[in-house]
Amino acid sequence: MFKRLPNLKRETVTLSFEGEAIEALVGDSIAAALLAAGVESFRNSPVSGASRAPHCLMGACFECLVEVDGIANRQACLTTVEPGMAVRRQVGAPVLDISAGGRS
Amino acid sequence: MRADVAIVGGGLVGSALAYGLSREGARVVVLDEGDDAYRASRGNFGLVWVQSKGDGMAEYAAWSRNSAGLWPGLEAALTEETGIDLGLRQPGGIEPCIGEAEYRDYAAQIARMEAQGGVGANDARMIDADEARRLVPALGPEVVGARYSPHDGHVNPLHLLRALHTANAARGVDYRPHHRVISIEPDNGSFVVQTERGPVSAGRVVLAAGLGNGALDKDVALTVPTAPERGHILVTERLAPFLDIPVGRVRQTEEGSVMFGASAEDVGFDTGLNPAIFADIADRARRVFPVLANTRIVRLWSALRIMSPDGFPIYEESVEHPGAFVVTCHSGVTLAAAHAIDLAPQLLQPGFNQSFQAFSARRFDVQAAA
Ligand SMILES: Cc1cc2nc3c(=O)[nH]c(=O)nc-3n(C[C@H](O)[C@H](O)[C@H](O)COP(=O)(O)OP(=O)(O)OC[C@H]3O[C@@H](n4cnc5c(N)ncnc54)[C@H](O)[C@@H]3O)c2cc1C
Ligand code: FES
Repeated sequence: MFKRLPNLKRETVTLSFEGEAIEALVGDSIAAALLAAGVESFRNSPVSGASRAPHCLMGACFECLVEVDGIANRQACLTTVEPGMAVRRQVGAPVLDISAGGRS
Repeated sequence: MRADVAIVGGGLVGSALAYGLSREGARVVVLDEGDDAYRASRGNFGLVWVQSKGDGMAEYAAWSRNSAGLWPGLEAALTEETGIDLGLRQPGGIEPCIGEAEYRDYAAQIARMEAQGGVGANDARMIDADEARRLVPALGPEVVGARYSPHDGHVNPLHLLRALHTANAARGVDYRPHHRVISIEPDNGSFVVQTERGPVSAGRVVLAAGLGNGALDKDVALTVPTAPERGHILVTERLAPFLDIPVGRVRQTEEGSVMFGASAEDVGFDTGLNPAIFADIADRARRVFPVLANTRIVRLWSALRIMSPDGFPIYEESVEHPGAFVVTCHSGVTLAAAHAIDLAPQLLQPGFNQSFQAFSARRFDVQAAA
């Protein structure tokens, strides 16, 4: 769906999305990297379950949430790619572990 | 066309009154400002709260409880008329205590309210740490107990405001934004309300302009001694449901966000943000709920409460200019049901001041003279 501009001359980095390697350019946001790689569903809504993807690309809408290296609800449009990053879809809302009587 | 009632202010108070008046068949015009106004109704915490309300005024304790009881009816009517889900939940609520001193203060407040007679403390009681944890398993080890009330709850206050506006529009209420009221002229038993876009005539006029009431009260020989009090609110990322009941200064919305509130500062009309206050609020929330330690805050804001000198509502009809009223309160979410269902019809009847004697601003004159 999205295509890179033809004359970009930046180094590449490799990260993963749902366990599969993705090539991105240094300086990409995770959102740009995933969109360029053809990812269409970044998360599903914890309210309706519907599939979502970036909308504003500037930090305002929270539609682009993904899990990055195990940390939930990160805004893909505001987070720069790093080599080896493990990105996953944000499925619903994160669950707090309250089994320890409220101790974190 | 002359309106039966002109309401100054389209926040939760004015909108609830307009809704109630339209149910009585009155022709209502609501005169409001634009988006740059001070509007507590867009920045509040959304509690429908009874415990601790009315410490110092038994009538207010009863009125808050009455409103909580009327809320399911208001919600049902608004949802039926508009299709908007208000997210009302009234499962009871707790206010956790960190340290024995807080526990003693809350217990003392319950005793004071019981001694007032009437509805007393509205069934609020102190519970120990074990009972509190049975209600709210995520409470942290610093919590030594809590004040519990079975009558507390919460609602989405923005959906409430939208539902009131939507229902009012469908009922033919004439809502006029960008009609700031400049003055009110009593005119042979009715009123000419001068707005920035020209005059509006009405048989009755209600000051429901929040912090704007103080600039208009003298026009109709009322006194509304309210002042702003700033509160900060923080909102977290969405989390899976972990909090079934509202916990005073922490509540989880239906969508999963957790709200932390709300500070109280006297800074005049300054709606700026104070990072030290945010830090305090977040720190308290983290001590009550250590599981939130790594949760991200995604939004924060401040808004101004509308506070009378004792914190209780002011409801009064002008003696010199009957048909002119003031209706203002701090807890406009909690009281929305009482305003719409019980208070609004009385704006069309004689005897308003007898019904709401306890809420007259004259109580402040007495204190000043004593
Ligand atoms: C931080 C915070 C937390 C709160 N939490 C809760 C809570 O949990 N539960 C609860 O019950 N309450 C809560 N409140 C209180 C609640 O928000 C208010 O009681 C309620 O919103 C008041 O509604 P209002 O219509 O009187 O005021 P506002 O919402 O301020 O509306 C007044 C309206 O009048 C208009 N106006 C002013 N002057 C004029 C004029 N001259 N001409 C025309 N229009 C005018 C303004 O533009 C505004 O739209 C909280 C408030 C704050 C600030
Ligand atoms: S796309 Fe809107 S916040 Fe990221």
